[in-house]
Amino acid sequence: MSDARPPQPPQPPPPADVLPEWLKNEGDGPDVVLSSRVRLARNLAGQPFVSKASRKDRQCSLERCRDRALHAALAPRLIWYDLHLTPPLERAMLVERHLISKQLAKGRGGSSVTGEDPRGVAIALPDERLSIMVNEEDHLRIQAIRSGLALGEAWADCDAADDKMEAGLDLAYSQRFGYLTACPTNVGTGLRMSVMLHLPGLRVTGEIDKVKRAAADMCLAVRGFYGEGSEAIGDLFQLSNQTTMGKTEAAILRDMEREIVPRIVEYERASRKELLGRRRVGVEDQIMRAWGLLTHARLLATEEAMQALSLARLGVLMGIIRGRGNAPVDPRAINQLMLLVQPAHLQRAVGRELDQEQRRLARASLVRARLAVVG
Amino acid sequence: MKCDLCNNEASVHEVTVRNGVKFERNLCESCAAQHGLESQGGGPIAEIIKQFMAPGGSAVAVPVVPGGQRVAVCPSCRMTFNEFKQGGLLGCPECYRAFEAQLGPLLERAHEGAIAHAGKSPRRQGAPVARPTGLSLAERAMRLEALHKQLEQAVRSEQYEIAAKVRDEIKRMGDAPGAQP
Repeated sequence: MSDARPPQPPQPPPPADVLPEWLKNEGDGPDVVLSSRVRLARNLAGQPFVSKASRKDRQCSLERCRDRALHAALAPRLIWYDLHLTPPLERAMLVERHLISKQLAKGRGGSSVTGEDPRGVAIALPDERLSIMVNEEDHLRIQAIRSGLALGEAWADCDAADDKMEAGLDLAYSQRFGYLTACPTNVGTGLRMSVMLHLPGLRVTGEIDKVKRAAADMCLAVRGFYGEGSEAIGDLFQLSNQTTMGKTEAAILRDMEREIVPRIVEYERASRKELLGRRRVGVEDQIMRAWGLLTHARLLATEEAMQALSLARLGVLMGIIRGRGNAPVDPRAINQLMLLVQPAHLQRAVGRELDQEQRRLARASLVRARLAVVG
Repeated sequence: MKCDLCNNEASVHEVTVRNGVKFERNLCESCAAQHGLESQGGGPIAEIIKQFMAPGGSAVAVPVVPGGQRVAVCPSCRMTFNEFKQGGLLGCPECYRAFEAQLGPLLERAHEGAIAHAGKSPRRQGAPVARPTGLSLAERAMRLEALHKQLEQAVRSEQYEIAAKVRDEIKRMGDAPGAQP
């Protein structure tokens, strides 16, 4: 790990208790849209893509991209992690904070002789709004995250970082195909815009499948909490564009931010309203059972905790769950728990490595302690 | 099919067109290597076009699998189109050129019928990107696509005079200021 100018000694990842941007509950419509994320896929010209590159090529790409990231004045403070040298628990924390992908954390395997595959990430501190992954599927994955529905702001951040990186690197580009990427599904703009949606209302009313079908019809992908191949735990869904060629960045942004996402936000809010009206007792029962589980359970698995936290968040937003003196509860307290119940954050909060059974015990204990203060 | 230079099985099929005249050679891997042939993919028709377009009619080659079927290979990273189909990832930026013919329909399906990029381009490549024919980037790409199809048809029907005119038009668009590979 090193820091931007001048080089700094190795530093630990962000403290477990510090909320990342996507859980701050700010921006437009944070009751439904937890965060907006924009990422650009870029590759170095004249270099094989990562999957075909030799170890030497990957080391070379890593050094070029790292040097550029550290000298491009991307943020007032930028930290670099050589992920092949970073302990697995710290990598897992970065995945849980949505700063790197699972694929980058895992790498492509290595050997005891050659060591792990060269790869890294640059992260803007302290807000963690920008991260640049190196040697993932593409040489560069530039990512910007903002709280709430703020794809325009996230795009502006990402675009500016792209310009600064490109000013010192020759990127693979063709006039016909645009930015050239390892997977042709990303070619063109290399742009993926996604929103993290909390859709408990649509799930409880059974309307979520309709949304998924409508999304597929509009060439959008619906993925789980940790992106491609992950499950939608805690009623959290990532919705993103799939078409990257033939549409300008502005057109993709306009479609997502003005047309598609507001419509889903409306559906979710309508579902919550319906639940509060005709189905109030039923939904109150589900929410209070979840609250009971969170405040009394002695053992909690991650998924179980996330599902209960989803309903608790719905209860807080609907005013069904109240704090002391009937005061409203800050939804950020629930958001924070959604992060702290994740295995790596939990172990960081406890201060030691735990096996699965120990984690269930520690998770339940931590959740009870946090909610005792809130409720 | 036997190698033209020895009795081994031919694995590289070379077609060169110079001044409208087509030359063919079939070589085994060893003879092809000795003659410094580089493989370049794109399927049979695209391959002929590639050679037609190559400056000075320089030779490019397509390896042949047993049974005589030609295999598209990227000249830069040596990835075959079959490897791409299995893994889903291309090997290098040059693969887009090597597999252009096969990738076109695939990209159209993946990107709602789009055939060309629209949007941002690297500033280092010279901003704003020149539009030599007064066309937008997308229009220019569509025009090039149509010209490539014409060229393909002309070569297929051995109408080399027409093909030469189309080739010159493609070259003119490609050589225009600000145009990129």
